[in-house]
Amino acid sequence: MQDDTKRTFAVAATLCLVCSVLVSTAAVSLKSAQKENQRLDVQKNILEVVGLYDENKPVGTQFEGDWKVLVSLGSGNVMDKEDAQFEGLDLANFDARKAVKIEGQFEVIADGALPQISKRARYDFVYEIRSKEDGSLQKIVLPIYGKGLWSTLYGFIALEPDCSTIAGITFYEHGETPGLGGEVDNKAWKASWQGKTAFGTGDYSKPTISVVKGKASSDDTIDGLSGATITSKGVSDLVKYWLGPSGFGKYLDRIRSEQNSNAE
Amino acid sequence: MAKETNKDIFITPIFRKNPIGLLTLGICSALAVTTKLETAFAMSIAVTIVTGLSSVAISMIRTQIPFSIRIIVQMTVIASLVILVDQFLKAWFFDISKQMSVFVGLIITNCIVMGRAEGYAMSNDPAKSFWDGVGNGVGYSVVLILVAFFRELFGSGKLYGIEILPTGADGWYVPNGLMLLPPSAFFLIAFFIWGVRTWDKTQVGK
Repeated sequence: MQDDTKRTFAVAATLCLVCSVLVSTAAVSLKSAQKENQRLDVQKNILEVVGLYDENKPVGTQFEGDWKVLVSLGSGNVMDKEDAQFEGLDLANFDARKAVKIEGQFEVIADGALPQISKRARYDFVYEIRSKEDGSLQKIVLPIYGKGLWSTLYGFIALEPDCSTIAGITFYEHGETPGLGGEVDNKAWKASWQGKTAFGTGDYSKPTISVVKGKASSDDTIDGLSGATITSKGVSDLVKYWLGPSGFGKYLDRIRSEQNSNAE
Repeated sequence: MAKETNKDIFITPIFRKNPIGLLTLGICSALAVTTKLETAFAMSIAVTIVTGLSSVAISMIRTQIPFSIRIIVQMTVIASLVILVDQFLKAWFFDISKQMSVFVGLIITNCIVMGRAEGYAMSNDPAKSFWDGVGNGVGYSVVLILVAFFRELFGSGKLYGIEILPTGADGWYVPNGLMLLPPSAFFLIAFFIWGVRTWDKTQVGK
């Protein structure tokens, strides 16, 4: 009786229905809590990459909302609410990952400039960490992403106000092999980026920072991750792209000239 | 056979019939999540919940499950429960779920869960199956936590993230890097099995 074909199908169908209802109910009802966690995790990563994170205080109280500015990659300018409206963007809810699917909000990436990624948003959020006392620029945090071996790595790179010295790097989302490519999360490796120079030749249109095989030998090289050649190369390529002229180059040029005129 | 009480069903799998010790099931995840006590605890709780609930669920529908598709039915129930656990972790224990990354999903393939479903829950009532599932989950947890205890202590000089043996520039302890690599878990599990089998000779294979 239990093995009747009709019954087998009926049992299978009922089971699938019950299980899918359970799973989808959980997924939908927990989504807002998960989103909130992801938002806080991004903020925590930003604080960590600039070395301001204090684990004894809630992330929300340490993160200043006005650090976050929307930058137009083409012009390098910060966009205020009116600029954003003019370009048809919703400043509060702009999402660079969604923008690559919206006509007019993305640009095609030249072949091979950022391996395996064909489009990028024309705008992205940058975090300008400013001193509470005099508002002077302390650090700049740029969002970066690119392909590793299995997944797209999403992270941040922090620069000193000279726009060349690296203050830190972090990846908050990736699916690389734990223990190999996953070592991009290794604290010691991340710390090895601090103080390195992104533009070794002094030519600001050509970032020279790269992850090399074996030991780093100069000011603009980083130790490769052993057993993770492709992830290392991916990180190297993506950092170069985002610091280069088709990434945040224009924006960095603008900050650099601002800093120079302030100094004079 | 003497009548087994729920307590017996719960206690036996912890030492007498430990799923890792006697049956050497579920080794894969025992290697992966035991470098730190924190992740080992989280994994233990997750596996215990999944084995407990899946055994009850499967036992309740055991008379309805057609024999020909029973393994797939068990798999579906287990997979759904694991997704639920994963979703809950992401919502409330985000840091832990990030550290455990793929291993939560891999509870689906943990042989202990499936083993108890097929070997016990298919032929026993829900209450007994529940205690059997939880007992096996706890048995697995005991080994996981023991292994994690030694690996974290000797591998990074810490317990639950708190420094016990001072390492680094002004410490005297040089961490044993092998402890952080998967093979060390094999050695530790082997020691555990050796210990248990010395204490209980009936477990020695013939």
